[in-house]
Amino acid sequence: MKTNPTKPVTPVPEGGAREKKLDTYVLRLYVAGQTPKSMTAFDNLKKICEEYLEGRYQIQVVDLLKNPQLASGDQILAIPTLVRKLPLPIRKIIGDLSNTERVLIGLDLVPQK
Amino acid sequence: MAKPRTQLPKSKTGIQGLDEITGGGLPKGRPTLICGGAGCGKTLLAMEFLVRGATQFNEPGVFMAFEENAKDLTKNVASLGFDLKDLIARKKIVLDFVYVGDREIETSGEFDLEGLFIRLGHAIDSIGAKRVVLDTIEALFSRLPNQRILRAELHRLFRWLKEKGVTAIITGERGEDTLTRQGLEEYISDCVIVLDHRVSDQVSSRRLRVVKYRGSTHGTNEYPFLIDEDGISVLPVTSLGLEQAASTQRIPTGVARLDAMLGGAGYYRGSSVLISGTAGTGKTSLAAHFAEAACRRGERALFFAFEESPNQIMRNMRSIGIDLQPWVQKGLLQFQATRPTFAGLEMHLTKMHKAINAFKPQVVIVDPLNSFVIGSNEIEVKSMLMRLVDFLKMQQITGLFTSLTTSGGALEQSEVAISSLIDTWLLLRTIEIGGERNRGLYILKSRGMAHSNQIREFLLTDHGVELRDVYVGASGVLTGSARLAQEAQEQAGKLTRLQETERRQLELERKRKALEAQVVALRAEFEAQETETLSIIGKNKYGERNWCRNVWIWA
Repeated sequence: MKTNPTKPVTPVPEGGAREKKLDTYVLRLYVAGQTPKSMTAFDNLKKICEEYLEGRYQIQVVDLLKNPQLASGDQILAIPTLVRKLPLPIRKIIGDLSNTERVLIGLDLVPQK
Repeated sequence: MAKPRTQLPKSKTGIQGLDEITGGGLPKGRPTLICGGAGCGKTLLAMEFLVRGATQFNEPGVFMAFEENAKDLTKNVASLGFDLKDLIARKKIVLDFVYVGDREIETSGEFDLEGLFIRLGHAIDSIGAKRVVLDTIEALFSRLPNQRILRAELHRLFRWLKEKGVTAIITGERGEDTLTRQGLEEYISDCVIVLDHRVSDQVSSRRLRVVKYRGSTHGTNEYPFLIDEDGISVLPVTSLGLEQAASTQRIPTGVARLDAMLGGAGYYRGSSVLISGTAGTGKTSLAAHFAEAACRRGERALFFAFEESPNQIMRNMRSIGIDLQPWVQKGLLQFQATRPTFAGLEMHLTKMHKAINAFKPQVVIVDPLNSFVIGSNEIEVKSMLMRLVDFLKMQQITGLFTSLTTSGGALEQSEVAISSLIDTWLLLRTIEIGGERNRGLYILKSRGMAHSNQIREFLLTDHGVELRDVYVGASGVLTGSARLAQEAQEQAGKLTRLQETERRQLELERKRKALEAQVVALRAEFEAQETETLSIIGKNKYGERNWCRNVWIWA
C-alpha cells in the first residue's frame, strides 16, 4: 500500500539545508510494518507537511521490522515516532499525529507563519 | 507445558547465597522483579546475574539500561571485576542504553512501544540471549505520556518476554506504599525480590528478601547481603535444619590440665566453645593456647580479633610464653583484625565467611564476641552468631569464642545470649579472698562429655596458662596466698608425721631390744634355777634309796 512519495531515505547533507532561506525540513517517520497506526501517521504527516511546509520537506520512512538496528540510533521506543532531523535541534513526536496542533508544536512550526 | 511434579525449571544466578535462598535460581524463562530504594544494589544484582550467566552458564544476556549509559555502567561494574567490554566483544552480552530524553516527548495521538520490542528482540536475536535485564523500565513513566498505553504495553512486554523464553530481571524503584512506584509487581508475579539498604546505629546493612516465588519454595527471611570486590554475596542461609554431622574426635585445648578437666581429651572437633569472663581473666590467653595447639598439630587456625591488633596479641602472648609468630609465618595461623564498628554485622559475618572459605581453617577463634553488641542489637547479634556457629559446624570447624562479661552481673549470663548455641562453656572469674584477686576457671557446661565440676585456679605464667590443684578450705576453693598457706601447712604436717613415724619406729626397736634382753635374762635365770633344781633332785633320789635300804636292813 504504502509508497514513498517524496524520494526517501537518503539523508540530506546538513550544510546544504542551512543555506536556504527557509529551512528544509527533514523528517523521519519510524514505523513497524504497515499497521493502521503507521498508515494514519503517514497520512497525517503528509497532510500537515503539504499545508505548512510545502516544497521544503522530505519525509523518510523507516520500517523497523526491516531494519531493527536503526532503532537505537534515534533512540526509538514508541511507534510511530516522528523525528525532525533538520533543522536542528532534533525533535521527536510520538503517536499517530492525529492531533495537528501538537504536531505543529512538536515541529516548532507554531510561532512561524 | 510444565512438567508435572517436578520443580519449576530455574536459572542459576551464580550469585553467592542467592541460589540457596531461591532453591536454585530465578524462574527460568520468566521475568523476575527486583525492587528497592535508591542505591540498594538492584542494578548490580541484575548485572551480576547477566555476567555470571554469560561466563559461568553459557547463557548470553542483554542489558537494557534506561538510567545509566553504557560507558558509566561499564565503568561502575569494572570495580567489581566484571569486564563488560570483553564480554560485549565476545558477543556474550549486549548493552543497550535507552535514552528516553530529558523532557517529556511531544505526543500526538495513539502510539505503542513496538520500537522497544524491536530493539530488544533484535538484541536478543543478535547473540542468542537467554537472559535479559531491564533496568529500570519505570523511567519510561516519567518521560512518556499516557500512562494507560504504557501500562498496557508493559503488560504486553512481560508476556512477550515469557514467550521469548528469556529469563528476565526487571528492576523497579521502591514506591511509597507499593513495592515499586508504578506497581510493576502487578504485572510480574512469578518472582519478586526486594532489596533494602538501611542504617541502624550508624551502621548500614543491606538486606534481601524473596517476597514471592510462584511455584517454588523459598527462604522467606530477610537475608543480609554484601557488595564487595567480588560482587554480591548473600549471606548463606546455612543449615535451615539441624543436620550437622557430630564428630566424636576430640582436640586438645592446649592446656593439658584443662584437657583433663574435659574428660581427659579436650573439646569435640566441630563444637562451639565459649570462654566468658570478666576483664583480664585470661580469655585471649586461653584462645591463644588453643590456636597454638592447633598449629602444632599442623592444622590451620583463623583468629578474628576485634579489639587488639595482631601484633599486640602476639606481643602479649609472647609474654606468657606463647609464640604465635612462627605459625603466622608458616601460614598456619591467620589473623583478621577489624573494628566491630567498621561495618554492619552482616558485613562482618560475610567477611568472616569469605575468610573462612578462603583459608579453610580447622579452628576459628573470635575474640571477643560481644564487641558486636552496640546499642540494642542483641537479637541481631544472636542471629548472626547462630549463623556463624551453624556455618562452622557444617564445615566441622571448631569455633572458640570469647565473651566479656561485666563484673557485677550474673556471670552465667553471656551478654549476647548465645549460651544455647554453645557446646562447651568455660567460665573465668576472679576470686577475691584475703586482699587478693586470683583467677579461677570452671566448666559451666560441656555437652556430651564427663567434665570436672571443680573451680580451678589458673595462673598466667611465663610458660603459659597453668591450672593448679584444688584446695578446698572452709570457704570454698583456696587460691593465691591462702592456697600457698594451705600448701605450707600440709608440708609441715607431712614433716611432723614423718618424724613421728621415725620416733615410733625407734621406740619400737628399743622396746624390742629391751624385750629381747629381758628374754635373755629370764632364760639365764631359768637355766641357773634349772641347774640348781636338778642337782637338788639328784641328791634327794640318792638319799631316798639309802633310806629304803636302811629300812629293809633294819627290818
